[in-house]
Amino acid sequence: MMEFALFLGCTIPARLNQYESSSRAVLEKLGVGLVDIREFNCCGYPLRNIDFKVFLLSSARNLALAEKKNLNVMTLCKCCYGSLKKADFLMKEDAFLKKEVNTILEKEGLKYEGRSEVKHLLSILHKDIGIEAIKGKMATTFKGVKIATHYGCHALRPSQVVGFDNPIAPSLFDQLVEATGAESIEWQMKLECCGAPLWGINDRLSMDLTLKKLTDGKKSGADYVCAACPYCHIQFDKVQKMILSQRNVNHPLPSILYTQLLGLSMGIDRKAIGLEMNEIPASGIEELLKTEAELAAEREMAQQKEIKKEKESTKQ
Amino acid sequence: MFLKVSLYISLIIFVLALIYKVSTWFRYKIGIGATEIPTAARFFSAIKGILSTIFSAKILTLLKVFVLDVLLQFRILREDFLRWLMHILIYGGFILLLLMHALDKYVTVAIWKNYYSTINPFMFLRDLFGALVIVGVIIAIYRRFILKVPRMFTNAMDIYAIIIVAIIMLSGIFLEASKMVAYSDYKRMVDEYSGLSDPQELKALEAHWVKEFGTVSPNLKGPFDEKTLAQGKDLHQSSCAECHARPQWAFAGYGTAKVISPIGLGIDQARLPSILWYIHILACFVGLAYLPFSKMFHIFTSALSLLANSVMEKGKSSPANIATRQALELDACTHCGTCSLRCSVIMAFEEITNMNIFPSEKIASIKALASGKELSAGQLKHIQEGVTLCTNCYRCTVVCPVGINLQDLWFNIRETLLQKGYPEFLVLSPLSFYRGLMKEETVQRDYEKPLIQAREAIAVQCDLMKKKDKVLPLTPTNRKLQSGLNLSAQAKTFSVCFGCQTCTTVCPVVGNYENPQEALGLLPHQIMHAAGLGLRDLAFGSNMLWDCLTCYQCQEQCPQGVHVTDVLYELKNLAVKRVREKTLQPTERK
Repeated sequence: MMEFALFLGCTIPARLNQYESSSRAVLEKLGVGLVDIREFNCCGYPLRNIDFKVFLLSSARNLALAEKKNLNVMTLCKCCYGSLKKADFLMKEDAFLKKEVNTILEKEGLKYEGRSEVKHLLSILHKDIGIEAIKGKMATTFKGVKIATHYGCHALRPSQVVGFDNPIAPSLFDQLVEATGAESIEWQMKLECCGAPLWGINDRLSMDLTLKKLTDGKKSGADYVCAACPYCHIQFDKVQKMILSQRNVNHPLPSILYTQLLGLSMGIDRKAIGLEMNEIPASGIEELLKTEAELAAEREMAQQKEIKKEKESTKQ
Repeated sequence: MFLKVSLYISLIIFVLALIYKVSTWFRYKIGIGATEIPTAARFFSAIKGILSTIFSAKILTLLKVFVLDVLLQFRILREDFLRWLMHILIYGGFILLLLMHALDKYVTVAIWKNYYSTINPFMFLRDLFGALVIVGVIIAIYRRFILKVPRMFTNAMDIYAIIIVAIIMLSGIFLEASKMVAYSDYKRMVDEYSGLSDPQELKALEAHWVKEFGTVSPNLKGPFDEKTLAQGKDLHQSSCAECHARPQWAFAGYGTAKVISPIGLGIDQARLPSILWYIHILACFVGLAYLPFSKMFHIFTSALSLLANSVMEKGKSSPANIATRQALELDACTHCGTCSLRCSVIMAFEEITNMNIFPSEKIASIKALASGKELSAGQLKHIQEGVTLCTNCYRCTVVCPVGINLQDLWFNIRETLLQKGYPEFLVLSPLSFYRGLMKEETVQRDYEKPLIQAREAIAVQCDLMKKKDKVLPLTPTNRKLQSGLNLSAQAKTFSVCFGCQTCTTVCPVVGNYENPQEALGLLPHQIMHAAGLGLRDLAFGSNMLWDCLTCYQCQEQCPQGVHVTDVLYELKNLAVKRVREKTLQPTERK
């Protein structure tokens, strides 16, 4: 069985429980084992602005903890992903830096050697599990849902460090979204930042960027924006709600987490999906799942088509 | 007489101290919300809140929490079994001793009419309870000083707590043991209760006590003949047995008595039993009188904190009661260190020497702050840094064994301090994300102020930014800046910039402004250039630095492979470091 050390980071357990519960449920269904390491600390991302060493040490300690258990790390957060990847990259490149970090980790009996690989949930779903395997677990699919797929900066860039997907024309997340039957639309600002890194630092600028991006998604025909990162999602959800009231905008583009989207089509327990915990209601999407009758009709159609084909081939 | 006087004195001190301490819960103001509510309003609000909770369905929650978390301490059990065992032994043993032994005249006698401290089961139970406490204290010492639980700090209050409990327990056991060996105590009892006068009978009884009860007699020494012992046993049965169980049942005292019996006569002559009695009683009373000021106060406050937090909710409970609860919580902290063990940002301490980073150590500083004590600017800055260096992950609150809402405490203190006017650069990091999310609900005063303040504190150090027309030489002026960009090998790449402006063109922040230079100062390519020329002020003083999203568009698309975003990151680090060095006393930082 595939097994990972689940790195939740700080934001998800404190402010986005539905992401954790839906991820756990989806991964359980897909047969992925998760190990919780209680000693994990902050990935260091928020501290990079102020103190590089604190960032590096924080990331390195997490990597060392996973290494001690001989596990690869799965992150649900793109910023955690970017930070752990960056730290891993830097220490692999710079032996002096690694040594410096290890002298501090040693105090706790830890050692970073770079044996654990850091992966984001999406790459695990796409590469380790595979689209076909995911499709095999579907209970139903969506009909006519248009999704503005949001990649998230720290997953895509710097590509030299993260190697998540093609940074200019990524398709990994689109494929995952389309596996649920939803349509992943083309939109101009797909690869732009959600605005979250500046929330709390320069709110006006942060709101400008978020609004611009969401407006583009809406204009391009999306019904929902979909993210797989707590920062992006909260920015598109709670912060969008604040933007709507402050800037008199009345056409929200609700955000849905990828694991919620996937969970719905897998027929996972609604409680674990936690759609009602999203600040901007996204529960309308449930009505766009194909019903039993529709699925049956679809199957019949497919069968008939096949019979027809067979007949034609025998005729020939 | 002595007992009564000292009891009353210690009780009076205890009650006065208790009143004083409880009054602080209504007087101390934590957070901006608390400043406007007068003490009296808080007091009446608390009474109203308590009554309305007791006479509502919430009483069931209170009962549940009281049994599971206060009495059985499930929250500690969930965290660590050894710790739970340690605490349940100390607290369980101590409470049982208090009820059965210290308050025997009021509690035990009321339940068992024929209670007598030297008969079973009471004699055995007393020693059993005492032994529980001692095992607990030994585990406590083991955890603190031998196991060395990570990030558990020992302060004077922790040592005091261990010492006072140890003195009470050890003096009690030695008192019991010394009474067992003391001949004069034996003699007194024989004179008072036996009514014997025949020397042969007296000798037989004494022989029985020397052999079976550990009494050290100046007259007799074993071995004794069967006949004397048989007679002694009979006499014991008729005169003493009613009130004296076999001493082996008091295993702790008896074991100790056996150890000290070689010097038993000396112990009696020195009247050690009465000295030990004074020590035992005084230690108990000192413990009682000092209790409201010591860590032991948590016996009451932790229970209150657990109960209050189980029925209170932010946004629903009255702000007056939340303010009171937060002051109470400062007294509920037992300095157990669980929060520091689980804290998300502990690695920061390796680089930033400030004890206030650790949640368990912040409490002491916040206590000083809440009491209205005059703190120096340096101390305030340290507390401010400590409460701001927090990812708001709620882990401390989730694990706190006494249910303190630490997260809210940090948040409130943070807001109060940030408004005081000391620039805090940590607000210019994604740590502020949470503050932004909470601004409509709790950040009441000037939301922008700390952000502007921090930026200005940096800009003020950058003279060149103010002289827009100054002609600059094209040769690098400050090689130190170039060599300073060395936190990671990547940042050095700025030197290969050939000024194509791709970074600026693709930057979403630049693209957001009609006149980007006015809003941002230097643009990304200009900052790379400034770094190349060593123009520190220009590189540090631009808004662009703090308005960078770190989205890595610039770096990804740079044709020269300049790590633009990483350089910006490092410039931010250096700018903060420089301003800190310029504005802080050398003693304040490592």
